[in-house]
Amino acid sequence: MSTALEKFKKYRKPGYYDKFDYHWTMSIDLDRCTGCEACVVACQAENNLPIVGEQQFAMRREIKWIRIERYWEGEYPDIKLQFIPMLCQHCDQAPCEIACPVFATYHNQDGLNTQVYNRCIGTRTCAVYCPYEVRFFNWFTYEWDEPLEQQLNPDVTVREKGVMEKCTFCIQRIRQAKDAAKDDSRRRVRDGEIKPACVQSCPTEAMVFGDLNDPDSQVSKMARNPRGYHVLEELNTTPSIVYLKRVHTDG
Amino acid sequence: MADYVEPTYAEVNQDVLRAMMETGPKYWATLGTSIAVAGICFFIPWFYQLEVGVGVAGMNRSAVWGTYLSNFIFWIGLSHSGTLLSAVLHITNSSWRKAIYRSAEAMTLFSLITAALFVMVHLGRVWFVHWTVPVPNQMGLWPNFRSPLMFDVMAITTYLTASSIFIYMGSVPDFAAVRDASTGLRRKLYTIFSFGWRGTAKEWHTLGWAYTFFAVLVIPLAVSVHSIVSWDFALSLVPGLHHTVFAPYFVTGAIFSGTAGIVTVMFLLRKYMNFERYIREIHLVNLGKLLVLLSLIWTYINIMEVFTTWFSGSSYELEALEWRLTGFYAPMFWEMVLFCAVVPLLILFKRIRTSWRSMLIISILINIGMISERFIIVATSQPRKFLPNAFGFYFPSAIEISITIGSFAVFTTLFLIFVKWVPAVSLYEVKETLKPLRRSR
Repeated sequence: MSTALEKFKKYRKPGYYDKFDYHWTMSIDLDRCTGCEACVVACQAENNLPIVGEQQFAMRREIKWIRIERYWEGEYPDIKLQFIPMLCQHCDQAPCEIACPVFATYHNQDGLNTQVYNRCIGTRTCAVYCPYEVRFFNWFTYEWDEPLEQQLNPDVTVREKGVMEKCTFCIQRIRQAKDAAKDDSRRRVRDGEIKPACVQSCPTEAMVFGDLNDPDSQVSKMARNPRGYHVLEELNTTPSIVYLKRVHTDG
Repeated sequence: MADYVEPTYAEVNQDVLRAMMETGPKYWATLGTSIAVAGICFFIPWFYQLEVGVGVAGMNRSAVWGTYLSNFIFWIGLSHSGTLLSAVLHITNSSWRKAIYRSAEAMTLFSLITAALFVMVHLGRVWFVHWTVPVPNQMGLWPNFRSPLMFDVMAITTYLTASSIFIYMGSVPDFAAVRDASTGLRRKLYTIFSFGWRGTAKEWHTLGWAYTFFAVLVIPLAVSVHSIVSWDFALSLVPGLHHTVFAPYFVTGAIFSGTAGIVTVMFLLRKYMNFERYIREIHLVNLGKLLVLLSLIWTYINIMEVFTTWFSGSSYELEALEWRLTGFYAPMFWEMVLFCAVVPLLILFKRIRTSWRSMLIISILINIGMISERFIIVATSQPRKFLPNAFGFYFPSAIEISITIGSFAVFTTLFLIFVKWVPAVSLYEVKETLKPLRRSR
């Protein structure tokens, strides 16, 4: 009886939900973010994001794995502009993961919320369930005009129509760094060795990426910052992205 | 109806089988039209969409679900009354069910097929739809049983299987009657269909208990199907969908729209298949009473939905509620309230309850209200979730509207084919309701 119960518990909560090899985390310091959108462009170049065109953009079908959300506070002339870079939060309790009938989205051993393009059948339920609106659907098979197809990243799949896609934390770079670590006969990747495209391109170094399982990593220190918070924390999705609150000097 | 003369046993057979076997030009014209409409409005746009991508529909980011899904719920809902009502009335021994249950069950079957078609239309890569079925494969891939969509696949296939068996089993003695009344190829076909039914006492006994067994089995199944469809929505975090009341809400709505659908189909069968002697005022009145009851339950659940949303005090929920009640789709919401909560109350008047024409209008209005309800659920919640920056807006494209219209033609086509293959009124059960020993006049 007890074994059946244990099996059931294990089925209900498989190990890969809390026992991660790595726990990739990103911290975003909103006090440093200038809203320059360099991360948006870097992501587009790194991950083969299609340019959907003017008409499709007007229909709100643009594909931007990371976007800068702008919020205006107050009334003119006492007005403030706030930026929040919004990307997949790689939630540990991801609402999108329960939704997919074919396991096209699942949690991997690194605490990443991954999307398997080949497996996706396009029910779009994950996008509905996602509270952060960071999942993007390929409404058509998008094409790159010559010679733009020459600059596609060979490490990243080009997606076809009917497939959902989203931020992967540049999983191809994570994979490369892990392989390199293995070749160096190291057991683990060094802190700061992996930089997703957005982190790499951020001119103010507002974004930090690393392993939360390592208490000495830079991102762990950032996560312990008292300014840290999660977006929509009350939904209990336990996101992997820590935002650091902006400091207002004028009170 | 004072001049109502009860038909004799032979007349029952003659009337029903005539409607089935004698096909006039009017039937062919209707069938041809509905096949043409189904082809032009449903299948051609769908094939175009398959070729180009789902982008031809009006969906966008944050409104990734659209009319395809709302129509799917609508058709599943419409399927609800047939088998469910038939089964409930069978085990409660309501003899008035006997003349209408066959067509009601057929409605279930064909609405389910139409609903399943909408799932196909909705999917981004429908050519991989078989991945949702748990078939052991060499890649070791398995569907995700935590997904409410997976529950859906299971529930709908089970319901489809059970209701097809239910309708088939109830038709076996009638297939035998067709066999006995026909010659040539048709006789051969119906010999196979009727499983060599001879009408012995033992066969009747077996049919009786098997039918009751299935009736009992089908009821929880029908309730579960629409509860599960509601979980597609309720299990999300989306404000306006994340309600515990959704399962009973959907089930009630489903039975409501299904019952209204039966009234519409009954009117058409009576009018165009000359079933005046079998589908009578008592059916209209009883279904009318049921409609009033369901309308009241539906209204209550709607009020509770609004109340619990308000009572939760959650800003997301309140925002979603405000947009639903006063936003762009507010006229549709209030139209739904009018058609589903107010108009059915007119049935309380006897003159309206007993008039075929007024009941036809009310039943159609109810279904317009219900199709709007489904649309509102989809279109007013998920485009506006949590982050105001990502708020979107959804309006169906021409292709979606065309496919919606076409789906009615698909349903009609299937139904028209059905009435020529299966007796649309159950011969043997109607005979059971007649006075005994009236074999001839």
